[in-house]
Amino acid sequence: MTEINLDNKSVRELNEKLQSASSGDKFSVNNTVGKHALSVGLTTEVNVDINGHVGYYCAGMNQQAKIKINGNAGPGLAENMMSGEVRVTGNASQYAAATAHGGLLVIEGDASSRCGISMKGVNIVVGGNIGHMSAFMAQSGCLVVCGDAGDALGDSIYEAKIYVRGKVKSLGTDCIEKEMRDEHQKELKQLLKQSRMSYGVDEFRRYGSARKLYNFDIDQVDDY
Amino acid sequence: MCGIVGLFIKNPVLESQLGELIAPMLSEMTERGPDSAGIAVYRDPNDKGCKITVLAENLDFDWSALEESLKASFALKKIRVTQNHAVLTLDSAISEVQDWLNENWKELSVTSAGTNIEIFKGKGNPADFIEQFDIKSMSGTHALGHTRMATESAITTEHSHPFSTGQDLCLVHNGSLSNHNRLRETLRRSGVQFKTDNDSEVAAGYLSWRLSEGDDLDQALNHAIDDLDGFYTFAIGTRDGFAVMRDPIGCKPAIMAETDDWAAMSSEYRAIATLPGAENARIWEPEPTQIYSWKRSLE
Repeated sequence: MTEINLDNKSVRELNEKLQSASSGDKFSVNNTVGKHALSVGLTTEVNVDINGHVGYYCAGMNQQAKIKINGNAGPGLAENMMSGEVRVTGNASQYAAATAHGGLLVIEGDASSRCGISMKGVNIVVGGNIGHMSAFMAQSGCLVVCGDAGDALGDSIYEAKIYVRGKVKSLGTDCIEKEMRDEHQKELKQLLKQSRMSYGVDEFRRYGSARKLYNFDIDQVDDY
Repeated sequence: MCGIVGLFIKNPVLESQLGELIAPMLSEMTERGPDSAGIAVYRDPNDKGCKITVLAENLDFDWSALEESLKASFALKKIRVTQNHAVLTLDSAISEVQDWLNENWKELSVTSAGTNIEIFKGKGNPADFIEQFDIKSMSGTHALGHTRMATESAITTEHSHPFSTGQDLCLVHNGSLSNHNRLRETLRRSGVQFKTDNDSEVAAGYLSWRLSEGDDLDQALNHAIDDLDGFYTFAIGTRDGFAVMRDPIGCKPAIMAETDDWAAMSSEYRAIATLPGAENARIWEPEPTQIYSWKRSLE
């Protein structure tokens, strides 16, 4: 385990070190005090434990690395993640995992607004609640919410799947509740296990696209 | 982009350290707003009279002339000059002094008026501002600060935040308003005066106008949600505390934290991280359109 203390190392030095590490290397990062862009652009299977709250864009563009944040994360956590796993023990601010293509993001606390906006294959599991406009234009992947969801969930959604255990304040345009079939139960069970959330799949409802916005429809012009 | 910080002291022992605590918070927000900085500090109440902060255009302003002339017309207790600002403490009616200043000292502008509030602001790097105005030595009950990155109007001291919105009230804003030109004209017709073409000054003017129409602060902020179009995180300083509100979309960041000793808000956690005990504080993100406020209980 290599310790990196941000009291005496710059963010650039940290990222250079993590980006050039070999598969299997382990790091702990301390004294984060809300700094931006920590542990971004990693491309190998390294383990990074970040102790403390982080600012904007932590774990952005992650590939293969396993990053754990023991604290809260600011806006843009794991933005455009490609693969690997990012876990935050506290809450995450706006647009977590925006545009992310793959991997797993686990937020043990709450996620703020626009979680999973334009997600393109990532799986997101939120232990608490999520804010408004989450999964806006979500294209593929799964968003699992163990608490409640805010306004306009899944607005203009494509083929991403949303599972919510609690209440949904409101659904966005073209997002509807859908039947929970066997394959969905199986998928959800796997995600809950992987993210270490101890809820039963029966407690969740599934939401997805009504597919009414895929083609222009003059009768629905107000919805575009 | 701009940076906002607010600090409310809960443990009176820390009141003497208010400036020392808020200066690093403001400094930490430099990257969000390197153009200018400002602070509203609540301290040394003059309950029976008033305190007015005035701003001169230049550093070589002849304050002794103002002092003489004030003494001749009012019960002036004290005049404290810092850079191109002066805090006037008088045992006189606030409106009389303000009218008199407007009439006789057109080269001065009033940045704050009330019994507790003092507002200082200036162009340039926040670190220089903190130094020049000796922010670290300030004591007080609570303070709001702002670092500005100008996006819609010029960089001048008068365009800098905080903006006064009435007696002992002020506003700092992170965001941009899209209907400020039309709203400014509407408010002007209702008698509200503006000094700049700044959008945040319109928000401040709007709140002043709602308050003068009889709204309390919560009502005024709720009306603002209907009438202001754009993005905003507002922090509003009051005599007893401060309030925070984000726009319905919640685009602009804000984070709040509280311990037994203090309550704080900022655009980013890293500003709050400078406070003692921040690592164990209760931390949360304010919900859109919800008003959060801290208030000192009146003794």
